[in-house]
Amino acid sequence: MNLTVNGKPSTVDGKESVNVTELLVELKVPQAEYVTVELNGEVLEREAFDATVVREGDAVEFLYFMGGGNSTFPKGAK
Amino acid sequence: MFTEEQIERYSRHIILKEVGGKGQKKLLDGKVMVIGAGGLGAPIALYLAAAGVGTIGIADADVVDLSNLQRQVIHFTPDVGKPKVESAREKMEAINPDVKVRTYREWISAANIARIIADYDFAIDGTDNFAAKFLINDACVMAGKPYSHGGILQFVGQTLTVLPGQSTCYRCIFPSPPPKDAIPTCSQAGVIGVLPGVIGTIQATEAIKFLLGKGELLANRLLMYDALEMNFRKVRINRNQKCPVCGENPTVTELVDELDALNVCDLEK
Repeated sequence: MNLTVNGKPSTVDGKESVNVTELLVELKVPQAEYVTVELNGEVLEREAFDATVVREGDAVEFLYFMGGGNSTFPKGAK
Repeated sequence: MFTEEQIERYSRHIILKEVGGKGQKKLLDGKVMVIGAGGLGAPIALYLAAAGVGTIGIADADVVDLSNLQRQVIHFTPDVGKPKVESAREKMEAINPDVKVRTYREWISAANIARIIADYDFAIDGTDNFAAKFLINDACVMAGKPYSHGGILQFVGQTLTVLPGQSTCYRCIFPSPPPKDAIPTCSQAGVIGVLPGVIGTIQATEAIKFLLGKGELLANRLLMYDALEMNFRKVRINRNQKCPVCGENPTVTELVDELDALNVCDLEK
């Protein structure tokens, strides 16, 4: 199955379709517990990962949390 | 309306047809709030001051640390130990005496964020932690305040401009903060010093375009930058009807401090 993952061609061998939870494992996606998944332009709800099927030709984006910059919040919650 | 000195100072702006005298006047009348005087805030504050944005707020409770200087280019070696907002103010005023700098030496919180952003046309998130990022998003969405999100880690960065009620907000993409310590911070994982320069400069560009009313803002598109691959990508992201703050049935209806998400590019040594 050929996909476009974060803009690049990607292949999942030996499968014609997988659900999103399986795809996260197949592609060894980092931060899989927190990553946002967009399938063909739609942000998926995490609860929908098991039921959402990814097929040949689909475009998938994995969107990651990024912090950075500088602290503007108290360190160590009150 | 301009002094001769201003005509000379802003001459390279004024000759741009997208800016001109009118646009420069808009910048001088503009008010931008920069939250965080660190890696992202440094280039943002410097460029906004140089551009002649007339009123710039800058919020940060921290003091300058030696380990900041690898990337926080508004702070110099003799500033170590000085409040960051004071260090930043000195450089901004030295670059451009036209600019009025308002300093807020405080951590943002649910209690003060609405007050801090209220008087400004545009806000910029230069913070390093998810509690602050979600709080800024929620406060800006609730107040209808346009703002720029920015995030960096190691060699990658992201930025998005949010026009509340019209475009995708941070929670449309990330509905809730990650748990504390789930995502590595810059102090744990490192950050290449030039990275916030790239992302922060883009955020400052968005603020300037917003004030000018020119060009196409980075709305509904998340820009992702990878310095190792030297790759910029924009991903189209539509508004999320189920967004907890700007969706059809919002569940976030008041500002709260997401204390569980207090996970920062913690610069404590």
